[in-house]
Amino acid sequence: MSRRQAIAWVAAATFAAVGSTAFAQGKAAPAAKGAPPPAVAAQTVKIAYVDPLSGPFAGVGTNLLRHFQFMSEQLNAQQVAGPGVKFEIVPFDNKASPQETLTQLKQVIDQGIRYVVQGQGSGAALALIDAIEKHNERNPDQAIVFLNFAAVDPDLTNSKCSFWHFRFDANTDMKMEALTTFIKDRPEVKNVFLINQNYSHGQQVSRVAKDLLGKKRPDVKIAGDDLHPLGQVRDFSPYIAKMRAANADTVITGNWGPDLALLVRAARDAGLNANFYTYYAGVLGTPTAIGAAGENRMRQVSYWHPNIAPSYPYEQVAQDFKKRFNEEWYAVSTYTSLMTLAEGIKRAKSTDPLRVAYAMEGVKMSAPHGEIEMRATDHQLLQPLWISSWTKVGGPNKHDVEKTGYTWKTEAAYPTYVASQPTSCQMKRPARPQ
Amino acid sequence: MLEATLSQALYGVSYGLLLFMLAAGLTLIFSMMGVLNFAHASFYMLGAYIAYQFSTWFGFWIALGAAPLMLFILGVLVERWGLRRVHKWGHVPELLFTFGLSYIIVELAQVIWGRAAVPYRVPSELDGPVAWLQALGITFPQYRMFMMAVAVGMLVAIWLLLTRTRIGLVIQAALTHPQQVEALGHNVPRVFMLVFGGGSALAGLAGVVGGNAFVTEPAMAGTVGAIVFVVIVVGGMGSLAGAFIAALLIGLLESFGKVSDLSVVKLLASLGMPLAPDSTLYPVLTLTLSQVAPVLPYLVLVLILIVRPKGLLGTRED
Repeated sequence: MSRRQAIAWVAAATFAAVGSTAFAQGKAAPAAKGAPPPAVAAQTVKIAYVDPLSGPFAGVGTNLLRHFQFMSEQLNAQQVAGPGVKFEIVPFDNKASPQETLTQLKQVIDQGIRYVVQGQGSGAALALIDAIEKHNERNPDQAIVFLNFAAVDPDLTNSKCSFWHFRFDANTDMKMEALTTFIKDRPEVKNVFLINQNYSHGQQVSRVAKDLLGKKRPDVKIAGDDLHPLGQVRDFSPYIAKMRAANADTVITGNWGPDLALLVRAARDAGLNANFYTYYAGVLGTPTAIGAAGENRMRQVSYWHPNIAPSYPYEQVAQDFKKRFNEEWYAVSTYTSLMTLAEGIKRAKSTDPLRVAYAMEGVKMSAPHGEIEMRATDHQLLQPLWISSWTKVGGPNKHDVEKTGYTWKTEAAYPTYVASQPTSCQMKRPARPQ
Repeated sequence: MLEATLSQALYGVSYGLLLFMLAAGLTLIFSMMGVLNFAHASFYMLGAYIAYQFSTWFGFWIALGAAPLMLFILGVLVERWGLRRVHKWGHVPELLFTFGLSYIIVELAQVIWGRAAVPYRVPSELDGPVAWLQALGITFPQYRMFMMAVAVGMLVAIWLLLTRTRIGLVIQAALTHPQQVEALGHNVPRVFMLVFGGGSALAGLAGVVGGNAFVTEPAMAGTVGAIVFVVIVVGGMGSLAGAFIAALLIGLLESFGKVSDLSVVKLLASLGMPLAPDSTLYPVLTLTLSQVAPVLPYLVLVLILIVRPKGLLGTRED
């Protein structure tokens, strides 16, 4: 913990030095202060995408970059942020490492980009939130806004909450609340095995799962609680053998990307007879790994799946994306984050980060998947959640996933107000602009 | 409980045998030419990618033969036109040459197949659990069994080649007395070239069977590379039998270590010496074996280097 803080501190100090030089050269000092102009001038708003584009998580990172590029293209055409205001996504490879994230953030600042999106890995998100907070304090004229579209560690909107951070995925408190509410009425769940990645997010999933299961289903036995190194394990079969030995009937995991795909594949190869409750089974590569073996056994909690009848939100977007890239579309947060940013720019009548950040607080809108609200107290997006299970394509469950012949079907729906969880955030805000 | 231990052991042995396939080529090249081939793990990765490409075109079984063959050719070319030229300047330039080569191969693979994992799948004939083991209550994938069979087959083939054939005799003789073998009219540089090609082919074969058992991605060279060095150092540089024992040891250590909940605190408690949670070392001593499992192979490496620097079955005294 202290090492990370030390690194963040050093990094922030470096930013400060670099920032002040840039300022002295007059490179980056738009007329931010003063009265806001009547409407936003036509311009391109650059958004830095800081996520893994190489290493074990490169597949997911590249897929989500396409999500953002595709979404910004669509929203630019609709001029959602006002006439002539366009979003441009600039990719930065953080190799899924917190240290590398800070190096990339320095690049982002040097290039004068003021908006950062990041999501894959709460470790990187925690590093960013720290560094951005410090950078903004020292360089209020070059403030950075952090749009977190997928890092779900609850701390980011509780003990570590920041005015400059906005989260568009439901956090672990919310997702686990939904999962355990669902499990509460399922008597077949008796022996639960928790397996998670050994970093902030995985540890939080394990902690919150034990906490909520203890409250809602005190009879459930925790048959195992394993943490494995992030993105390092190539062979999960020893873990599967352990689950079998522990007689686990249910596996709960917050794993994502290859760490979930390989886990699921090892379970399938070993014929493990257990139900899986996951966060990210819909993410690139995992549906293929699930295949036919996961029918009625694989579940996920998410803010969307392709067969939400009767309205089928984002149906067209998902199909167009698939046609273009031959990959699944699933990250609704790429829509909600860009839409909230657009709304913020429109309300602030400016692209100045401080004004936009204030304007995004409390934004409410009807998204295709339901009512959403950017809660002002902790900057956590409130949105509905679904629990879906893996089933054969057919009837209302019409959209095939990764050409498997299988797809997701709704098991339970949790409207926005149910899926919301309290926060302990004590937010420190900078002075409100005139 | 017995079933669980047995299946855990099977996973460990199958992983160990894969490591052995890799280590065999590396240790063979080292014992012969004194070159620690840093590009060996990259050959493994390349073997997996080539096998993936061939399996999409012609199916898995063709790939199983074609990928090692291509790696053999590549190995021969690298030795003939690269390593042999660098050789005259000594071992350090050779080392640096293979080091650079490893990066070039990984980067090339990324250019051709991308940075993400490719969908290289287990052939459908070998999908599913082994029936007779299932009858005993152990679920073990057929493909793992196949992997073990390939490794054991390879081990037997190398052993026969080295001890029962003429070329094997020449190779063994060239190991210890290259000048005399040359004086007897054998082309020692060509023997070196064939050994390097053969070692690369073995890495390629490991890539073919390892690539779809796990994941085929650019990072696979890096993840396995360090472990393979551990295997050959622990086994004893240049010792095939040593590499075999060390590979199984590391495989079993991985398999059992990964899932063990054992910790020093639990051990002490079971001995009737419970430790108070507020004592200084408590956070360290509660670490379970599974949490430190990734470090275990390197711990073995360090211990071996301290206690027996020549490795388990090594003969060199340097």
